[in-house]
Amino acid sequence: MTMITRRTLVKGGTAAAAAGALTGPALLDWAKAWAQSAPWKPEKGAQLSMLRWKYFVQSEDDAFVKLMEAFTAATGVKVNISRESYEDVQPKASVAANTGAGPDLFWGLYSLPHLFPQKCMDVSDVADYLGKKYGGWVPSAVTYGKSGNKWIAIPICYSGNLMNYRVAAGAKAGFSKFPATTDEFLAYAKAMKAQGTPGGLAFGHASGDANGWVHWCLWAHGGNAVDAKDKVVINSPETEKALNYAKALYAEMIPGTASWNDSFNNKAFLAGEIHWTNNGISIYAAARRDAKLKEIADDMDHAYMPIGPIGKPTELHLLYPILGMTYTKYPQAVKALMAFMLEADNFNKWLEGSVGYLTHCLNAYDSNPVWTADRKRTVYRDVAKRTLTAGGLGSVGEKAAAAIADFVMVDMFASYATGREDAKGAMKIAERQLQRIYR
Amino acid sequence: MTDATLNNIKLAPREATTWQRLQVNRNWLGLWFMLPAAAFLILFLAYPLGLGVWISFTDARIGRGGDFVGLENYEWLWDDTVFWLSVFNTLLYTIVASAFKFAVGLYLALLLNQNLPFKAILRAVVLIPFIVPTVLSAIAFWWLFDSQFSIISWTLKKAGLISTNIDFLGDVWNARWSVIFANIWRGVPFVAITLLAGLQTVSPTLYEAATIDGANKWQIFRHVTYPLLTPIIAVVMTFSVLFTFTDFQLIWVLTRGGPVNATQLMATLSYQRAILGGHLGEGAAISTAMIPFLLAAILISWFGLQRRKWQQGENND
Repeated sequence: MTMITRRTLVKGGTAAAAAGALTGPALLDWAKAWAQSAPWKPEKGAQLSMLRWKYFVQSEDDAFVKLMEAFTAATGVKVNISRESYEDVQPKASVAANTGAGPDLFWGLYSLPHLFPQKCMDVSDVADYLGKKYGGWVPSAVTYGKSGNKWIAIPICYSGNLMNYRVAAGAKAGFSKFPATTDEFLAYAKAMKAQGTPGGLAFGHASGDANGWVHWCLWAHGGNAVDAKDKVVINSPETEKALNYAKALYAEMIPGTASWNDSFNNKAFLAGEIHWTNNGISIYAAARRDAKLKEIADDMDHAYMPIGPIGKPTELHLLYPILGMTYTKYPQAVKALMAFMLEADNFNKWLEGSVGYLTHCLNAYDSNPVWTADRKRTVYRDVAKRTLTAGGLGSVGEKAAAAIADFVMVDMFASYATGREDAKGAMKIAERQLQRIYR
Repeated sequence: MTDATLNNIKLAPREATTWQRLQVNRNWLGLWFMLPAAAFLILFLAYPLGLGVWISFTDARIGRGGDFVGLENYEWLWDDTVFWLSVFNTLLYTIVASAFKFAVGLYLALLLNQNLPFKAILRAVVLIPFIVPTVLSAIAFWWLFDSQFSIISWTLKKAGLISTNIDFLGDVWNARWSVIFANIWRGVPFVAITLLAGLQTVSPTLYEAATIDGANKWQIFRHVTYPLLTPIIAVVMTFSVLFTFTDFQLIWVLTRGGPVNATQLMATLSYQRAILGGHLGEGAAISTAMIPFLLAAILISWFGLQRRKWQQGENND
């Protein structure tokens, strides 16, 4: 009888990852072997329910469902999956945390686990196991995953939020490649608007897109909401510079961006109304799927967010951490599922299914072919390494999460850009809101 | 012997026990009949309300109970410009929308009370906006008000009346009027149909008498219809004000309180801070701050209904 030890499994897993993802019966055999040797043995009769964010790309969900089926076949643990729009996962998780009943696992956004760290299972053993096996976690994932010394969630992936742009229109405006600095970017926006191919960034309450770009803009100019000790420092000359930059940029955008929620720029880009915006890869994925939009898919590309005066990347990307609730009756099954999801044989396939929309947090997955099969996806490979964390210099905990959920930064930028407040007034309101949150 | 015993029993009646007295006591029985309703109200209304007020005095966060912090949450709200903006927005939203809903609703009710062809069908059609789930109608308005794809902007542009799209939800005042319009559209049927029910109860003989007395249409409305309709107007408008004041779905789907909190109502701000932001205590304080306004609306209607003038015309106070 062959004894499968953790060491042989690690070797096998790595070899299998190198050989490409398993499929069909091979996947099931592998999954069974994995279940036998995994450090976590699901409880007898265990059943899990999971609430996850609703997919943006169908092929990602298909791959995910297959992954869950393989887990069930290998361990006998049935997994019920519910899906909610990603903004709705947080309230449901919060209510479950408050009442002590609900799904065993929540797969949500940003620092969701830091809203109720004491209700999250300690999953340090899972994080250590995966980190050692797959080349270590990117630093931002460690910041998000840990509360104090223990891991309270497993960072599954990022959803990158980068610049999406039309190549031909940019070239016509005199930009052979997308601007790399904020100054060039402003000039680009002006030129694009002047030739009737404007773009836009969301100034409305768009959880992902608006929070993504306003934090980039603030940090790119050296502004910060709080310092390393969580002291509110938003009212600063650097913030004012960021506000002035955003106002100048707003003037060069298509009208109406103050009302944009997360889906507006997708619709407008696919309709040919806008020619640059910040977004995940979903616009490109949608354009590739639809033959009628082939022209847009062929003509568009992606770029990193431009570098500001501080001279380094200041992007903010969406993290999707998965967490187990302390009230679950099946903690071992929860841990087994988390580890199973991120094993190379499963994760590589799922990553490919997500066609670049999702980016790994474990370094070993840099070599997944999804990043090189289509060079338009390549920039999204690096988002986990480039991103700063919610809260900027400050802690990534519940206060940072509250500031993002409360759109403090978005409202500050929008109120100044739309002329509702002057820069001092906008900063003062934001300062007051942050003092309330960080008190 | 047996007869004698029976007579003795009849002659010397036993003192009734407390239990026996209770069995025939109307008040005691009434108490028991009231109990299910009282339990229901306490469990589902008084307890949540009390709990909400209590939470507003704590620093409760989602996932853990808080400590008592007195009025701290209210003190923070007192000089929070976003909170005061939400109070202003809520009052504007409620007052303007309710006034229009009343005017349009009453007009529609009077029209539908006439003898029109296809009367029943027309009355049913009027109810449609009220029957459609709020979220669905909100999504329809979301497309109508879209900054790039609005059919209203498209039509006006095609007609040559405007050159650029109307920024319905991106401009502060445009956004306010847009959400108010959507609320009016949704709320009018409730007012219209309820007032129509009230109109049906007015006896035709009163109209006949007024006509014989030579009253014109306006005089009939002013001195017959309107006084008899006032009690139902009071009830309908109380409900309408309460529904509007606590509206959430329309705003949440259309603007999420944006742009720059221009359409942030107290209900949406409370949800945003309590559930999305995790500050239960503060969210509860915002909800509790709604109570005085709601109470005022209820009291106006309550005291109004007590007055005979409201019930039987202005000379009968």
